[in-house]
Amino acid sequence: MSTSETHAQVSYLEHQGKYKGILGWLTSTDHKRIALLYMYSMLVFFSVSAILGLLMTIEKAAPGQDIMTAQQYNGFFTIHGVIMIFIIVIPGLAAVFGNFALPIMIGARDVAFPKLNLFSWYLYIIGAILGVLSQFAGDGPPDTGWTFYVPYSAESSTNVIFALTAAFVLGFSSILTGLNFIVTIHRMRAPGMTFFKMPLFPWSLYATAWIQLLATPIIGITLLMVIAERVLHIGFFDPALGGDPVLFQHLFWIYSHPAVYIMILPAMGVVTEIFPTFSQKPVFGYGAIAISSLAIAFVGYFVWGHHMFTSGISYWSRWFFSFLTFIVAIPSAIKVFNWVSTMYGGSIDMKPPLLYAISFIFLFMIGGFTGLTLGSLATNIQLHDTSFVVAHFHYIIFGGMGFAFFAGIHYWYPKIYGRMYSNRWAYIGWGFLFTGFNLLYFPQFIIGIQGMPRRYFDYLPEFQWGHFLSLIGAIILLSGFIIMVSNLIYHRRKGAIAPANPWKGVTLEWQIPSPPPVENFDEIPTITRKPYFFGKD
Amino acid sequence: MFEGASNLADGVDRAFVFIFSIAAFFIIGITAFMIWVVIRYNRKKGKPAMQFTGNNTLEVIWIVIPLIIVMAMFYFGWIGFAPMRKVPADAMKVTAIGRMWEWSFDYGNGKISKIMVVPADKPVRVDLHSVDVNHSFFVPAFRVKEDVIPGYDNFLWFSAFRVGEYDILCTEYCGLMHSAMMSSVKVVPEAEFIAWLDSLPATGDIPDPEGLTLLKNTGCIACHTLDGIRLVGPSFKGFYGKTHTVVEKGAEKEVVVNEEYLRSSILEPNKQVVKGFNKGLMQPYGNVLSEDQIKLMVEYLMTLKD
Repeated sequence: MSTSETHAQVSYLEHQGKYKGILGWLTSTDHKRIALLYMYSMLVFFSVSAILGLLMTIEKAAPGQDIMTAQQYNGFFTIHGVIMIFIIVIPGLAAVFGNFALPIMIGARDVAFPKLNLFSWYLYIIGAILGVLSQFAGDGPPDTGWTFYVPYSAESSTNVIFALTAAFVLGFSSILTGLNFIVTIHRMRAPGMTFFKMPLFPWSLYATAWIQLLATPIIGITLLMVIAERVLHIGFFDPALGGDPVLFQHLFWIYSHPAVYIMILPAMGVVTEIFPTFSQKPVFGYGAIAISSLAIAFVGYFVWGHHMFTSGISYWSRWFFSFLTFIVAIPSAIKVFNWVSTMYGGSIDMKPPLLYAISFIFLFMIGGFTGLTLGSLATNIQLHDTSFVVAHFHYIIFGGMGFAFFAGIHYWYPKIYGRMYSNRWAYIGWGFLFTGFNLLYFPQFIIGIQGMPRRYFDYLPEFQWGHFLSLIGAIILLSGFIIMVSNLIYHRRKGAIAPANPWKGVTLEWQIPSPPPVENFDEIPTITRKPYFFGKD
Repeated sequence: MFEGASNLADGVDRAFVFIFSIAAFFIIGITAFMIWVVIRYNRKKGKPAMQFTGNNTLEVIWIVIPLIIVMAMFYFGWIGFAPMRKVPADAMKVTAIGRMWEWSFDYGNGKISKIMVVPADKPVRVDLHSVDVNHSFFVPAFRVKEDVIPGYDNFLWFSAFRVGEYDILCTEYCGLMHSAMMSSVKVVPEAEFIAWLDSLPATGDIPDPEGLTLLKNTGCIACHTLDGIRLVGPSFKGFYGKTHTVVEKGAEKEVVVNEEYLRSSILEPNKQVVKGFNKGLMQPYGNVLSEDQIKLMVEYLMTLKD
């Protein structure tokens, strides 16, 4: 690694290695470039998947068949789920902002294994391509839902194997990223930066990485077992072959519940960076936030059964899973109280990142509290597998993780591109996104309580008002997304030149130029005090 | 929320009201507080930010209070749920059969209906049976739902107190016509229910009489057919009530096959063997079968006369 002065001054965007242009990006092991590779791939997949979502909403705006057949609808919600879960939200914030900001925030020149990092992205792309192929190869798009419940997934004549393989490969990408981050955090912190002097976004990535590393292999082997079931008719899960369909549900959720925390923990980490910066005030309850990340990661392993309350599991296992589900709510509540207290008494600058972060709290609270009715045994019976669940997890995943992503991109944008976006258009985009989001998903809570099941192509006429409002919301939401993305893309080259530290942040990424030089630091800083120190000495 | 129509609805609705009230309180309260903070401490007011970093008393308070609240929520959820698993002993039984993509309801004795009819104010136990993939039996108005999984003996119960007709929906995705997998449950006064059940034709498989099940399980029909075909022993078909020539201690004699003959043939098969069949192939079954079982088998065999 060269440390010559001139070399270190070139920004990572302009740096030229062995190859020029696009090849220079595709072969770069620079964590910042890999972060952008992830982000651009996600933008493409998210747009496709969001349009599928819009089409489904149009289909449901009126009962009966409108613009697609039932089989197409079933295929749409399957690939919408597979893309959104495995390609967008699971890698999501960790792969984009984790890659971009983690090494800088802990004072490192890159992640521990830069080549492995690039390899993870290639695995991700291979997985994503397999997902796309599943739509075109074989006997039609898979129609099992992203949950792949057996026996249906063992019997469906559609192209389920491609989708399973896609998720399997994407899992490996996730495992390797987790491993990379754990080693990076353990081995590459700047001198003097103890764990409790580390900023909280790296803390949340640390908790996330352990879940990725420990939980993802379970889904990997489970998906392989379904493939074996389809190809070799082994009889793990299909009762027609002597298997146990509920065993599949256990294995699936042992990963897929912790996966929810893979999505939400980095989101919590991002907003935890934003509140102190825009309040010019230290994080309130640093220790409590750091420990609650670990607590969520740990307890989150033991609540998977709440996805199976109606599957016929025993009385006492329902009791315990419900009990632990309520316990896991506590660390999230602690975080909310600490974020709000961080703003209290600060000098608050309502810039777009903070606006998004505050919206995150609002939407996350709605998602969280509605989650409690799903964790409660009696109410779960009414709500399980209804559109209430759909609304709940969109509030958590899109309202939570999605809005945190929007907060993060508006926060680090000047650092990433060295340019400023238009605040005015950012606010307008937010207005559309926030209004559209609530209009799209809130009605689904109400018709869900009344008994509107999820994954329904057609429905009883009394639920139409809710679906129709959702369609209006979806259109507004998508317009907001287009406004936001256009603002960001346009100003990437045309925006005003960003200073090194536009928000007066105190974490390390704001102490280096925008955009950062290839190796981040000329000289690795020595850390002497706790993060989020805004005072003057 | 719309009104519940079963004994279980109250417990569910109470938990809903409790959790949603607390949720609304916190969501509105915290949001209002955030808005107030953002206005009160706006940078435009020019006040420098305070630099406190935490408060352990507050941390403890906002761990303990939410803990108490969620435990209360858990409790309401639990007591609303607990009765759902305690089926009264006198509950009427119906088997709900899920198949892609329709429901049918088996009332026993071959009586199968496409809609469910239940008497009002009577506990009804619904055994859930799937013939193919996972389904889920959901009656929103009753606040009951349980998955219908092949190979699993899942069940639910309710006692519907309001006469009327309610939707039954499938809530576990089951393929192409998942959303069309609907039926309804009609709650009627008990007298009306009995009349309906009586008039329901028996179109389904009528379960085997107990005596026949015993004959099959004991292995009798391996040698004695039910359809008149001759195997190792005489067929049961048309056997009862006829006169047969039997061999007893080497001497032939005529016997009328009556209840007593059937009984003794089970207990001492080699005593009077029908002419033309071999002695010593059948073992005495006195030690294998109980008195009651023999009675059931004999009663069944008596129904097989021509």
